Amino acid sequence: MMHDERILKTLVEKVNQDERLCWRGRHVETAFLLEVDHEQYLIRIQQGRIDSVRKGEFEACEWSFALRASSQTWGAYWQAKPRPGYHDLMAMLKFKYLRMEGDLYPLMSHLLYFKDLLVSARATGAQS
Amino acid sequence: MSGVLRTNPSVSVEPIIGRYLHLQLKGEDHRIYVEESGAGVPLLCLHTAGSDTRQYRAIQNDAELLKEFRVIAFDLPWHGKSSPPAGWENNTYKLSSKDYTEAILAVADALALDQPIVLGCSIGGRIVLHLALEHPERFGAAIGLQSGAHVDPYYDLEWLHRSDVHGGEVCAGIVSGLIGPSSPSVHRWETLWHYMQGGPGVFKGDLFFYTADGDIRQRVKNIDTLQCPLWLLTGEYDYSCTPQDTEFLGNNIPGAKWQIMQGMGHFPMSEDPETFMTYLKPVLQEAMLARAKATNQKQLTPDSDL
Repeated sequence: MMHDERILKTLVEKVNQDERLCWRGRHVETAFLLEVDHEQYLIRIQQGRIDSVRKGEFEACEWSFALRASSQTWGAYWQAKPRPGYHDLMAMLKFKYLRMEGDLYPLMSHLLYFKDLLVSARATGAQS
Repeated sequence: MSGVLRTNPSVSVEPIIGRYLHLQLKGEDHRIYVEESGAGVPLLCLHTAGSDTRQYRAIQNDAELLKEFRVIAFDLPWHGKSSPPAGWENNTYKLSSKDYTEAILAVADALALDQPIVLGCSIGGRIVLHLALEHPERFGAAIGLQSGAHVDPYYDLEWLHRSDVHGGEVCAGIVSGLIGPSSPSVHRWETLWHYMQGGPGVFKGDLFFYTADGDIRQRVKNIDTLQCPLWLLTGEYDYSCTPQDTEFLGNNIPGAKWQIMQGMGHFPMSEDPETFMTYLKPVLQEAMLARAKATNQKQLTPDSDL
């Protein structure tokens, strides 16, 4: 619940206003799952833009890959000045704060894009 | 090295000179790109996995350092402007401890470096441990940046070399978070550009040394810092070689000195050169004095006693 506005509103606005980021993701057509504790958000990308974000319960067939972490982890990640270990998706993977599941091809073939997409919801001035 | 570049007086020209060496490595001819600037104590700089000498551009251009140090950097085979050996298309690149050491010693010999201070980052920070352990008689001192004795892979390394994934994009994506979040944007993207330019499979091949062949955990305690004094500097945001990895080295190598660099990541000399210099310069002054002392001691000690 505490991340609803950040994921449902801020993320969409920041990403879709960033023309360069959308251009970098122009070949991305997928939907991925962002899980915060047990709450799920389905984020659909079309040509680099966020087409929709829905909160609910989703079947595995509805998404390509899932990024699952606790509310505390995502909260630390989206801090303006994240502390070491929470500042990057690969850092969170290394320290097992984050799980990546499913078909990772869309993610890994556009890794910089997806990192910057999620960082977009961070406070102004932060980078991936 | 010598050479004159004719330029218009209004053009700013860096003091770095580049040349190609032809060296026999693993019994094969290799064309190796090497750069140097400055004069004085030789400082041999080793780049990270999947990158090249450009990471050291700030050190190579620092007027204060160049008064006291001959700064040398070279691209490993397959990296930067060094070519892979003939027939590379039929082989998969994999860096071993033995090959890495051979390349460094060959360059040091080719340039007639006398007791150089060797400075390496990441895989370079690992190999300086091997050099200090196995060839202390060759080096006046060693400085490891982002040094760890071993790293376990935390993602599937196969992603780094697939014909259906752009190698430059994925390599930069993998390492982008290793740069401190507050590092200047211009240096962040310069650092990533180097990764975007690596040849297919080269970063992955370097990681064979980093994650498998170069494991030195059981042997670091045998490093003799009286023969080869050792300093370790590690960025606090590095999750590849973590501050804890460097702390392990500091606690297990008698006489090693170590420090964690606040706010910095895995590529200190490239991602935030200005801040990095505030950590490096005092260490270089100490290393220069320690090198003189260690070199005198080596000259007084017969080889058979080393």
